[in-house]
Amino acid sequence: MSHDAAHSKPVMSPMTVIAGIILIVGLFVTVRRFTGGLAATTNLSDYTPWGLWIGFDLLVGVALAAGGFVTSAAVYIFGMKKFHSAVRPAILTGFLGYALVVFALHYDVGRPWRLPYPFLVQSGTTSILFEVGACVALYLTVLLIEFTPAPLEWLGFKKARNIVVKLTLALTILGVILSTLHQSSLGALFLIAPSKLHPLWYSGYIPIYFFVSAIIAGLSMVIFEGSLTHKHFADKMDEAHLKEKEDVVLGFGKAASFVLAGYFVIKIIGLAVDNEWRYLATGYGAWYLVELLGFIALPCFLYAVGVREKNLNLIQWTSGLAVLGIVVNRLNISLIAFNYHLPADERYFPHWMEFAISIFIVTLGVLVFRFVVTRMPVLYEHPDYEAH
Amino acid sequence: MSISRRKFLGWIGAAGMSATLAKPARAAGAKHFEGYPDTDGVLFDAVKCIGCRRCEAGCNKVNDLPEPEQPFDDLTVLEKTRRTHADTYTVVNKYEVARQKSPLYRKIQCNHCLEPACASACFVRAFTKTETGAVVYDASVCVGCRYCMIACPFEIPTYEYDKALTPRIMKCTMCYPRIKEGLLPGCVEACPTEALTFGKRKDLIKIARERIYRHPDRYEDHIYGEHEMGGTNWLYLSPVPFSRLGMREDLGTTSAPELTAGALGAVPMVVGLWPVLLTGIYAMNKRKEKIARQEQEAAVSSAVSETEARARDNLDKAMEKARADKEKSVETAVKKALEEAAREAETKDSEEES
Repeated sequence: MSHDAAHSKPVMSPMTVIAGIILIVGLFVTVRRFTGGLAATTNLSDYTPWGLWIGFDLLVGVALAAGGFVTSAAVYIFGMKKFHSAVRPAILTGFLGYALVVFALHYDVGRPWRLPYPFLVQSGTTSILFEVGACVALYLTVLLIEFTPAPLEWLGFKKARNIVVKLTLALTILGVILSTLHQSSLGALFLIAPSKLHPLWYSGYIPIYFFVSAIIAGLSMVIFEGSLTHKHFADKMDEAHLKEKEDVVLGFGKAASFVLAGYFVIKIIGLAVDNEWRYLATGYGAWYLVELLGFIALPCFLYAVGVREKNLNLIQWTSGLAVLGIVVNRLNISLIAFNYHLPADERYFPHWMEFAISIFIVTLGVLVFRFVVTRMPVLYEHPDYEAH
Repeated sequence: MSISRRKFLGWIGAAGMSATLAKPARAAGAKHFEGYPDTDGVLFDAVKCIGCRRCEAGCNKVNDLPEPEQPFDDLTVLEKTRRTHADTYTVVNKYEVARQKSPLYRKIQCNHCLEPACASACFVRAFTKTETGAVVYDASVCVGCRYCMIACPFEIPTYEYDKALTPRIMKCTMCYPRIKEGLLPGCVEACPTEALTFGKRKDLIKIARERIYRHPDRYEDHIYGEHEMGGTNWLYLSPVPFSRLGMREDLGTTSAPELTAGALGAVPMVVGLWPVLLTGIYAMNKRKEKIARQEQEAAVSSAVSETEARARDNLDKAMEKARADKEKSVETAVKKALEEAAREAETKDSEEES
């Protein structure tokens, strides 16, 4: 991606120019959103109240930020210490991911300053969205605390850093609980609309599908992102990080292959339970098969081959495919297979400004990630604290 | 005070019965919820609707909604299928149905569900199912997340997309303020035929049944809204299957809250069991590591002691050998010396002899 950026820093590299343009356009659309409303910036309608900003920024964002809880659980709970070097970057990505999800919500909801209302003013506890909100708010806090050792080491606050490190296990367990709840609840949001979501995607198991596919997303993102950081920030990595890289790619690739296999099986079970085979012969059925075979079965197989042959390159490419599969799945449920019953002219396609804000937010995430890893001990261990 | 044995047992039995019955009774109550008694509703009869749009005008007037681009008496509007919008709480659509002499009309507005999806989906409880049956909305807490619009199976709530900072959800209130004053809803009052009937929901069901009973040739034997999505306070009669009037007949009878109850019910179980499971896995791994470490240590120490023993053994043997060698050499030396001495003595003797 920003291959050149890393090498020709002093001059204005093409990547810097592109990032600059994205930021300027993003700011312009931001002003439009908060002066003209959603009507001036989106193609949302009374039929389609949730568009790209929910489908991509929220649903995809949260799923892809699952690497934090998956990695910390693997290392601190399941005792896979050889993946230790992967924890900090994964926690950082998780934290940035969730922070940006909450940031993006400010564009989408009508009165963003009221986002704390469900907890401070009046609680609608019968709402799945309440659960999502509560868990995301709490988990963002957990991720923030989990990440603090890096800035504290950077700033030299030894005592505070040691206190936080002692909380690691408790925070990890809390993180897994909260992630289980809100990853699945994001799927459960759609349980209330069986008449609007296409039967191939609607299922009573949808909360479980969301949770399991979030684990796939988390594992794949760690591999995917690892391959990018190794390309661009190798100079920031210590020996342990470089040495463990192969273990992480092989271990996470193996885990992802297994979880994808399980996910494939429960998807088939879902089809059988609701007896939805006949829809497979329709247009939506063809698209469903693309998701099922191309984005679940295929990455499952390719990961397995990659691990068996110790082909790191193949595993890394497969992680990209798996991540894309999660994007496709979330967009299918929130946009493509949602409102399938409406006539074509009532269907939604995002406005260019909606794409602009989504790209703007992803760009912000990449820039903040770069800022942090070039300064704080994320890809290497701080020399003063190596004994953990 | 004497209590007879029979009486005492009776009390125990009653207590036991009520204790065991309490829960199933409540659970069954939730499943077979048939709506609050004596709530108001409106019966729409598609046989009687003439598509004059006076109900739209009446609604617009009593709710102080903005005036439409085309006036309400312009019936060309009906050529296009419309839906509710932020400035229209209700619309009438025209449907050409085969084998019907004239077109049919159907009015859309909030159906005021017995168990509203919007209210169940709202995370700030902005929607209230009032004692009259009307479902009303409170903009003062609304965040503008629009989940109610996702949740509503009838696609009723609308949103003020053009307001940058103060958008509200807009939808029919069944004219709640007017009902409270004893007035009719705006649309019902404006209806020139008897296409709209306001009354208690349970009475409306009776009226509807009677119309179907009296004119089986004119009506479909189906009161839409009696059971759809758990039942609604608005009810519909039609001469043709409701799907011909653009109404979904595949909604089922499960109310919205029931659809999400299972997922919400799982939350406390995850909160309760995950810590046990996760700390358990952690503890097992920790123990495995500890045992592995102990075994390793034991192996190392036994290896060390073995080598030590072997070394000691070798040393002992070497010492032994050395001692033996030494003794042997001493012996041979002594022997040699003795022999030498003997030989010397012999030679001395022979010299003396010679």
